[in-house]
Amino acid sequence: MALLEVVDVAKEFPGVRALDGVSFALRPGEVHALVGENGAGKSTLIKVLTGVYQPDGGELRYRDEPVRFGTPMDAQRAGISTIYQEVNLIPLMSVAHNLFLGREPRTRLGLLDEGRMYREAGEILRRYGVTTDVRRQLGTLALGAQQMVALARAVMIDAKVVIMDEPTSSLEPREVETLFGVIRDLHAQGIGIVYVSHRLDELYRICDTVTILRDGRVVHTGKLAELERIRLVSLMLGRDMSAVRREGFTGFTGEHATAADAAPVLEVTGLTSRHKLHDIGFAVRPGEVVGLGGLLGAGRSETIKAIGGAYPVDSGTVAVGGKELKRPTTVRAVRAGIATQPEDRKAEGIVPGLSVRENIALAVLPRLSRFGLVSDRKIDEIVRTYMDRLQIKASGPDQRVGDLSGGNQQKVLLARLLATRPRVLLLDEPTRGIDVGAKAEVQSLIDELAGEGLGVVLVSSDAEELIEGADRVVVLRDGAVVGELRGADVTTEALLETIAAAAVVEDSGDQ
Amino acid sequence: MTPMVSDPEAPAAAVAADVRRAERTDRVVSLVQRQGALAVLVVVVLVATASFPNFRSFDNAATVLVAAAPLALIALGMTFVIITGGIDLSVGSLYVLGGVVSAYASQWGVLPAFLAPLVICGLVGVLNGILIAYTRMAPFIVTLAALLGARGLMRAISDEGSTTYLVQSDAFRSFGTGSFLGIGYPVWLVVVVFALGMVLLARTRFGHSVYAVGGSEDAAALMGVAVRRTKVWVYVMSGLLAGLAGAINAAKLGSGVTVLGIGLELDAIAAVVIGGTLLTGGAGTITGTIAGVLLLGVIQNMINQVGNVPSSYQQLISGGFLAVVVVAQTYLAKLRRVT
Repeated sequence: MALLEVVDVAKEFPGVRALDGVSFALRPGEVHALVGENGAGKSTLIKVLTGVYQPDGGELRYRDEPVRFGTPMDAQRAGISTIYQEVNLIPLMSVAHNLFLGREPRTRLGLLDEGRMYREAGEILRRYGVTTDVRRQLGTLALGAQQMVALARAVMIDAKVVIMDEPTSSLEPREVETLFGVIRDLHAQGIGIVYVSHRLDELYRICDTVTILRDGRVVHTGKLAELERIRLVSLMLGRDMSAVRREGFTGFTGEHATAADAAPVLEVTGLTSRHKLHDIGFAVRPGEVVGLGGLLGAGRSETIKAIGGAYPVDSGTVAVGGKELKRPTTVRAVRAGIATQPEDRKAEGIVPGLSVRENIALAVLPRLSRFGLVSDRKIDEIVRTYMDRLQIKASGPDQRVGDLSGGNQQKVLLARLLATRPRVLLLDEPTRGIDVGAKAEVQSLIDELAGEGLGVVLVSSDAEELIEGADRVVVLRDGAVVGELRGADVTTEALLETIAAAAVVEDSGDQ
Repeated sequence: MTPMVSDPEAPAAAVAADVRRAERTDRVVSLVQRQGALAVLVVVVLVATASFPNFRSFDNAATVLVAAAPLALIALGMTFVIITGGIDLSVGSLYVLGGVVSAYASQWGVLPAFLAPLVICGLVGVLNGILIAYTRMAPFIVTLAALLGARGLMRAISDEGSTTYLVQSDAFRSFGTGSFLGIGYPVWLVVVVFALGMVLLARTRFGHSVYAVGGSEDAAALMGVAVRRTKVWVYVMSGLLAGLAGAINAAKLGSGVTVLGIGLELDAIAAVVIGGTLLTGGAGTITGTIAGVLLLGVIQNMINQVGNVPSSYQQLISGGFLAVVVVAQTYLAKLRRVT
């Protein structure tokens, strides 16, 4: 018996056949992985399951009855809840209000029972490892904690089905364990889970079944344990298995040719910011990719932001090509040749309402404009160049960036950075939330850019990406540099050891 | 912390202390954000009390309150609208239209004098709300059109302002001029309406939908909030309250005066923003709006007390306050994001 099922569903958008005769069945207590590349139809399928889209053809069945969900609310009422990749809660409202919005406990007079709400919210969230004051504004919490609130909310309504779209993309390892604990609980209660993730390790740890989508069709469905990893990847990509094996899991090719004695293009010394950063220093030579390693909250993003002039520092210097930046601001940093790709693409990077062309052109406007006027022709040229070079898949330069897939949004963002002709590229989680194919493309692009002599600083929670992508890894912990891996030492084991060793040294120092 | 944390005691305690400090800063900042206007109001009242012997008289206080009543009602509706991330420019015109309609309808008694403006202004609110919520037109444009339309309608009814409708009902008239415990009836009505408004915003699901819609419309929709219905209702409320304000004014003045109320929507927006409501939506309180309205009223009153200062200075000072508040809000929001 299937809990939630689609049979031969089709969904078409102008110019795109997003779903083409897709059938998918979720059984009670099953953790079902849904995987596929950019534009394979995962998001569309989820939106059909949750009432955001109505299918053009085929049937949606819930507990063996045909159903039609007109709105997301209909699906939620029926017991299908969803947590989205980007946290979809209200940042300005309190944690408790977010948790209970629309189903707040009420007193006999019909008024909200806030006392009970705060008490229950605190109890519920403790089970998810969130111990903060539930009266706090949600937006002031770390992304991981926000994601946990979203998860708690999704599970709270008597859910029969929970759909998780990239739930771990903003979680730190400990939070991932908490999440898996919750998933096991749900599994034991007979709740069906649709789990979307690009992290293969996670899929194999937690999922029973897998459905692979490619170009709007199901290319494989079955037990995950019976499917070899390499076979999964090749089915997803539609590529030859031997090719995948040869190329490895990431798009990186290995070492970069850098002259060890070349003058550094970026030099950071003594970067200090109250509570967050303590005397951070490192140098990047042209053509070198330096990784910043460490756990979430170690100060990696803050370091990136501080170098780019977007985070207040108390002391320390940033020098580009030997020239020190006086009192760094974002504008001065960009002028000096530092391009920053922020961690939160949606909030700090792209402008979803504007077209691909406008998004790319944004940062180059100052460079191209003469007496405040900008030549359209020059912009078109730049836009075309980068759309080709980065293989941005859009219907044209005028398509809204908000309508593109995550991977293509990221490429638009990179195009914008590159158009400023930077000397240093700061990348914070460049492949987060984008599918395997686009990920490999972005990774090989990073390689290529380093090859052209750019200095690259790379932050990634994906250890594989960091190890394979970076020539050196500077390891941070609690806002301070605790070690550096070079050459043959750049391995996952060494990275974990450095983080762990640092912890031990610090503990003994404290006692 | 969760049981599975294997971190040793010392760093965990440091982290916990850090978290506590961040939470404390957050609470202080949010308190200032919400109640800053109240603090400024207290200071201004103290200064006024010390400087002007007449200010502290009970009569003067009653005068300030009665004068502030219409603006207070309009600002209440505006608070709901702005929290959803919208704006209602039509309320000044609706207030005037409501006054004229109320004076006209008073020939049939007290009840029609109240109901007629409510029905007409409420309908304009429904129209505003439906256009904004269902066709996704910009609130600024829709309510600007309503502003012009309502003004035109008022002009037509009053023959370009040459016909003045006097209030025919003595009972209605005495509502506007009479008082209970030395404070005018209109003020009592405003107090009751505000109490209802506060409960509605802070203690009901509708109120929280209002915050959610303004905080993030997409997220609110995905969380199952009836976004469109919520939007329609806030514009209906805004229209109704503007109509009620018009009726009160007609009762107070004894006629539907056609020249007052131009630009009142801007005073209301100023009062709401001074009260700490974010113009971008998602946050705000009614106590803040009360403080904002009273602050504008007290400043006006102080200028009247000084006597020889032109009243246009009141606008200059209110403008200054508004600028300070917006700067302070921006600063506080930044402070909050960093902690």
